[in-house]
Amino acid sequence: MNTLAGGQQTGQVFDSSHSPVALEVIGLSKRFGALPALEGVSFRLWQGSFHALLGGNGAGKSTLVKCVMGYQPADHGTVLIGNRECVIESARDAHRHGLGMVYQHFTLVPDMTVLENLVLSRLPIPKMIAWKKERQRLETLIAETPFRIPLHKKAGELAAGEKQKVELLKQLFLQPKILILDEPTSVLTPQEADGILGMLKERTRSHGLTVLIITHKFREVMNYADAVSVLRRGKLIYSGPLAGNTPAMLAELMIGNETIARIGERTRAEKGPVKLAINHLSADSDTGALAVDRLSLNLHGGEIVGIAGVSGNGQRELVQALSGQRKPDQGGICIDDLPYAATRREMARFRCNCLPEEPLRNACVPRMSLAGNLALRTFDRPGFTRWRWFIDAKAQKEHALELIERYRIHPSEPGRRIETLSGGNVQRLVLARELSGQADLLVVANPCFGLDFAAASEVRKQLMQARNNGAAVLLVSEDLDELLELSDRIAVMFEGRLIYEAPIAAVDLDEIGLKMAGH
Amino acid sequence: MNDSALGWWGVPLAILGGAIRASTPYLFVSLGECLTEKSGRINLGLEGNLVLGAMSAYAVSYLSGSPWLGVLAAGAAGMLLGMLHAWLCSYPKVNDIAVGIALMMFGAGIAFFFGKPYIQPAAPHLPAISFGAWSGSAQVRSALEINVLFVIGLGIAPLLSWFLSNTRWGLMVRTVGDSRDAAGALGFPVNSVRAVATMTGGFLAGVGGAFLSLYYPGSWNEGLSSGQGLIAVALVVFAHWQPMRCLYAALLFGGAGALGPALQSVGVTGGYYLFNAAPYVLTLLLMMATCSPERTLSGIPGELSITK
Ligand SMILES: Nc1ncnc2c1ncn2[C@@H]1O[C@H](COP(=O)(O)OP(=O)(O)OP(=O)(O)O)[C@@H](O)[C@H]1O
Ligand SMILES: [Mg+2]
Repeated sequence: MNTLAGGQQTGQVFDSSHSPVALEVIGLSKRFGALPALEGVSFRLWQGSFHALLGGNGAGKSTLVKCVMGYQPADHGTVLIGNRECVIESARDAHRHGLGMVYQHFTLVPDMTVLENLVLSRLPIPKMIAWKKERQRLETLIAETPFRIPLHKKAGELAAGEKQKVELLKQLFLQPKILILDEPTSVLTPQEADGILGMLKERTRSHGLTVLIITHKFREVMNYADAVSVLRRGKLIYSGPLAGNTPAMLAELMIGNETIARIGERTRAEKGPVKLAINHLSADSDTGALAVDRLSLNLHGGEIVGIAGVSGNGQRELVQALSGQRKPDQGGICIDDLPYAATRREMARFRCNCLPEEPLRNACVPRMSLAGNLALRTFDRPGFTRWRWFIDAKAQKEHALELIERYRIHPSEPGRRIETLSGGNVQRLVLARELSGQADLLVVANPCFGLDFAAASEVRKQLMQARNNGAAVLLVSEDLDELLELSDRIAVMFEGRLIYEAPIAAVDLDEIGLKMAGH
Repeated sequence: MNDSALGWWGVPLAILGGAIRASTPYLFVSLGECLTEKSGRINLGLEGNLVLGAMSAYAVSYLSGSPWLGVLAAGAAGMLLGMLHAWLCSYPKVNDIAVGIALMMFGAGIAFFFGKPYIQPAAPHLPAISFGAWSGSAQVRSALEINVLFVIGLGIAPLLSWFLSNTRWGLMVRTVGDSRDAAGALGFPVNSVRAVATMTGGFLAGVGGAFLSLYYPGSWNEGLSSGQGLIAVALVVFAHWQPMRCLYAALLFGGAGALGPALQSVGVTGGYYLFNAAPYVLTLLLMMATCSPERTLSGIPGELSITK
């Protein structure tokens, strides 16, 4: 791999050698306490190029772009835009210099509607807002994009995929010269991702837009990028053209010579008895609209059922109903033929675990330590208490250390607050908690959202292992490839109902695509 | 006399009059608090603003002879306290609730300190508009004797509501109050926006104080406010952070407070103290009726330190 690293900063130009430098970063460093997140990172973005920034979870990608955008101050280093040194201290400065960014953690205002959020991002924001006019303007603008977003909904009520689309729309309307995207497609379906990335790529050619995109999906890198930079543990390992690199080479640059887990074989052939039975389940969304509409599904032990669908078709509410975060209006959930109301006691008894989307928000206490978060399921169980009523901090810590080690959570300090972890590491931590105890029923939503490829295959391996050990797994995902790889059965969810169901052997991809669009 | 002429009809009338009269301080303080909380800070110190405002208004009105100058002085005093709150809270790891409680004591303390000489003299009062001049009944006339400040407050509520949803600054306040991340990504100066919102809130609360000393009860003494400032802060929660609801809540609260005296005027004297507790009982009942364990409070600004 070091042969490639030698190419660092020789500055090959993407397709034409006289393209000017749009943005240059020189010697950027940033520490968080004792942890160096970035160490002397330098690289260039060529104008009109589509540049991919790669790196494992916690490599410092988000930190790098946040420093460039002035969202966080860097400790050292300079940023040049069009060969001129710029001091960027806030998003306004960045905007003035033609920079725009879609953040990894959503930055919508939860209590405002999509319309209000979109108007907010318009610069300058009009002193007085004529809502009717703004709505019309935005509706026509949205019509030109591949997205369909309900403008009247509050941002806090949107599913992750919908939020991601709103974030993207915000930037599209601002029309920056340099657009930075931090994992913009993590919860979009491949079709949606292609729609948006294709559109951006076209703009790099026609409008001279420069794109810097952080992604964990090699498919996107290989299809769209002109150039790549690779970060590993805060250091720049490679920066140069994409041409000549294969995914395997990039993977090696990202993680060195760590071994990658392989998804195990599907072993048990025969299905177990019905583990989870959902009978005519209906649930409302936060606005009171019907989100899950008399949905029925049987899930057997030893199988993975994949639920495909475009984000916002009730998947979020379904998962919430199963994980006890939402009361169903009608219908029931049974586990082992016994009614199940998703109380803590029942979860422990049926060994039902859950990984919701946006885990930092939905499955963690952000200001609690890693150890505390890891112990949320077990802190009151024998082995983790002292004299039954008191928490055994030492046992918690040991347990945490073990999981941190096993799931390679970085940085490995059990006392650190979870909100300071990188996106992928939060995901790993929740997975560690939910998968490590023996689970009989797993409800999983977008489990590889934000994971680097090494971690993603580790997770998939674990899911397959759980299945092989007899667990029933409900996998809700927007990633069709993941579903095809893991599921024994696939169902498509549209407007709160399952409108297609087929065993994996009989799946027709075209039909799934059509069903997802509601045809 | 007229009293007997109206009979039991006097009760709703007296409640209406009471609602209008007693609600003004609640209204101003809760609108101020609503704005402050929308920006993501809680200022529990508005009781201090109220008392300091009352004192400043009375003193300036007495010295200058103009009650309107007094109102301005009250607003300015409230604004200064708000500024102090904003400044202290702009430091990292300072808790806004604790600062608010400290400032409540501080505001009342300096009001009593500087207010000693003004307990005796009589200052010119704020004018009222007689909406009841057409009526022959003294009760109707007194109920419809409406203070100008109330009319102003009546205008501020819809204005604030409009401001929060239709102007750039309004959206900025709500953004800063709901998500620091979003504000950062949009480049809004979080601390400055909060400071301005807290100062404006402080101004309004100060003006509420002017009403106490310059109209009803209409004198300055140390027992002037009976916790209206604190109750008004609670009203904001009850009003789900909506200015128009703050108005209704203030009226309701003022009206409930007038229940005891109104019943007394028609001769129901039993349970006088019980009826005086009506506002508090009412608050509890309404809170129970409007809050649901199923849903989170809608409209609650995400950055408030109680929600984190
Ligand atoms: N606010 C913070 N406080 C403390 N440490 C932080 C903070 N933000 C990031 N870090 C640490 O800095 C390192 C780099 O984080 P960063 O978010 O840049 O990773 P990343 O490359 O974007 O990873 P991912 O693919 O998981 O998003 C991580 O180890 C993380 O724990
Ligand atoms: Mg990141």
